Amino acid sequence: MISYILNRIAWAVPMLFLVSVASFAVIQLPPGDFASAMVAEMRTQGDVVPEGTEERIRHEYGLDRPIYEQYVSWMGKIVLHGDFGTSLGFNQPVSNLIWDRLFLTVSISLASLILTWVIAIPIGVYAAARQYSFLDYFFTIFGFIGRGFPEFLSALILMWFAYSWFGMNVGGLFSPEMQNAPWSLAKVIDLANHLWIPLLVLASSGAAGLIRIVRANMLDELNKPYVETALSQGLTEWSVIWRYPVRVALNPFISTIGWALPALISGDVITSVVLNLPTTGPLLLKALQSQDMYLSGAFILILGAFTIIGTIVSDILLAISDPRIRYR
Amino acid sequence: MAGENPKPIIEIENLKVHFKMREGVVKAVDGVNLSLMPGEVLGVVGESGSGKSVTVRTIMQLLPKIASIADGKVLFNDNGTTTDIAKLAKNSRDMRALRGGKIGMIFQEPMTALSPVHTIGHQVMTPILLHTGLSKREAEQRAKETLDMVRLPRIEEMMRSYPHQLSGGMRQRAMIATALACRPKVLIADEPTTALDVTTEAQILDLLKELKRELGMSIVFITHNFGVVADIADRVSVMYLGNVVETGTTEDIFYDPRHPYTRALLNSIPRLGAEKQPRLNTIPGMIPDPYRLPAGCVFNPRCSAATDQLCRTTYPGITRINDHRMARCHRVAEAVATESIAP
Ligand SMILES: Nc1ncnc2c1ncn2[C@@H]1O[C@H](COP(=O)(O)OP(=O)(O)O)[C@@H](O)[C@H]1O
Ligand SMILES: [Mg+2]
Repeated sequence: MISYILNRIAWAVPMLFLVSVASFAVIQLPPGDFASAMVAEMRTQGDVVPEGTEERIRHEYGLDRPIYEQYVSWMGKIVLHGDFGTSLGFNQPVSNLIWDRLFLTVSISLASLILTWVIAIPIGVYAAARQYSFLDYFFTIFGFIGRGFPEFLSALILMWFAYSWFGMNVGGLFSPEMQNAPWSLAKVIDLANHLWIPLLVLASSGAAGLIRIVRANMLDELNKPYVETALSQGLTEWSVIWRYPVRVALNPFISTIGWALPALISGDVITSVVLNLPTTGPLLLKALQSQDMYLSGAFILILGAFTIIGTIVSDILLAISDPRIRYR
Repeated sequence: MAGENPKPIIEIENLKVHFKMREGVVKAVDGVNLSLMPGEVLGVVGESGSGKSVTVRTIMQLLPKIASIADGKVLFNDNGTTTDIAKLAKNSRDMRALRGGKIGMIFQEPMTALSPVHTIGHQVMTPILLHTGLSKREAEQRAKETLDMVRLPRIEEMMRSYPHQLSGGMRQRAMIATALACRPKVLIADEPTTALDVTTEAQILDLLKELKRELGMSIVFITHNFGVVADIADRVSVMYLGNVVETGTTEDIFYDPRHPYTRALLNSIPRLGAEKQPRLNTIPGMIPDPYRLPAGCVFNPRCSAATDQLCRTTYPGITRINDHRMARCHRVAEAVATESIAP
């Protein structure tokens, strides 16, 4: 087990390096560079830009040094100081922009992921154990509607309900007067009042898909001979179901935790825009649209690192849950 | 069993099990009579699809959801009390106390019949903790004894092993250990050696015979292999299309089969020492469509002895040939009638 974990971690190091190179390549990708873009920007704004400004900026930012030196200094700053460079669009350090949002995104996403599982796993297991029952059909229909219905639309509808029925002002995560207030009980309550809509939207659409997968996996597992063996030992039906097939049927999900993390960070873009949430999704969108390269590069780096870390976490969880993987 | 006439430990009377399918009702078991005496091995043979597995699963009430017991009794006689298992609710406490406690079961696929995500120790301890009220430590001790009893090596290591780390034969031994952990009165074995190679099969059969003697239990042993029956069974019931067509001692069934189906089955297996045959005899005709069973005796379309109208119209009743033998066949009934009239 220990050697398995060490092996996974050793495998991650070169992957992290590749991701950092790829992110750096993205920064270098656009024609021209930061300096020429900045000068062009100043010119369009009608500023008089003296000759040599471009070179001066280039030198100032180290853009005239060889590529690998730039890469090393970029990575060095990130690793040593957590400094991801400067966002052109916002004209402030990238790290000022992303950490707050990243924290919010990860919290919202984890909360909605947990809510999704809490909703979907019992329902999926029940639907499989009582196949073709009334509730099975009911949840199947719910699943189809949930899958077919775009998230942003359900977000809009929920917001409209909350606004017109409860008189709540629901865009964003805080009421305007709370936005910049220091943390207090009132602010937490305010947050909770705003949070349930994004959580519900994200969790219910995720749950709709998950229920179908859990149900299908469970139906496979319930037909396996070891279920009959467990029953023949005198266990009750439900304790058999929870002890044996559920554990096996959930393995595919454990292996998707790795993908869930980055998808959560980038995937809720539209919903976040609609709900006006200060998460990373909209920021990434804006960064890509405006060629804000240091900001985009930082995002890609973080998403990649999360994917790799997530994959390791899910590999290890999987090995804990399924002994067949440990010994392969 | 000479002379004395003890009560059977399991008595199945006129059992009917129906499957409700979209296309209609399948009478998978249609009037089965079986009895299992204390301390004996009853072999149940028959082609696949004849209803062997369904019959023994009713003893455990482990039928699929679409199946229901339409008629009949499954009596379990233990310490002077008789329970009709067919009347117990599938998930009742009484039924669960029998499963794994008084009646153990082992299955065909030792690979897939054990949980892939639990250790052997855990799986052997499960029924002990469930039925005996022993503490965890005592249950662990009992599990180790049971693993030793089924002759598994390196017990400590075995307790911590997972099924995929064991060979097929070792898995089947572990499976037997889970079934015998609570020292049941009856062991139901549904083709437990079919998936094994011949050498391993012989070892498992020997083990079962020894365990039967050590524990004094009775075994219902299902197989479609007559050689296996000859090795392990004291008595044999032959099944065809949801019916027991003939029951007798193993010797009687082998050397003096009375039912035409039993004869045909025995003819279809090659025997050492028999005169050379150009090819294997097979039973003529096909197994009928389960939705449209033939009228009369279900074997009549394939039966060489079915010559008159009676076979095609009337379902044969049970003919008792002697204390240990019975058959469902009009021809046998006629023969027995003439024998008893003749001096
Ligand atoms: N799960 C099931 N669904 C539908 N029909 C079944 C099922 N299990 C058994 N049957 C029916 O019962 C008959 C007997 O099956 P079974 O007892 O498994 O035969 P075998 O003698 O090979 O063990 C089959 O031919 C089939 O028609
Ligand atoms: Mg079978």
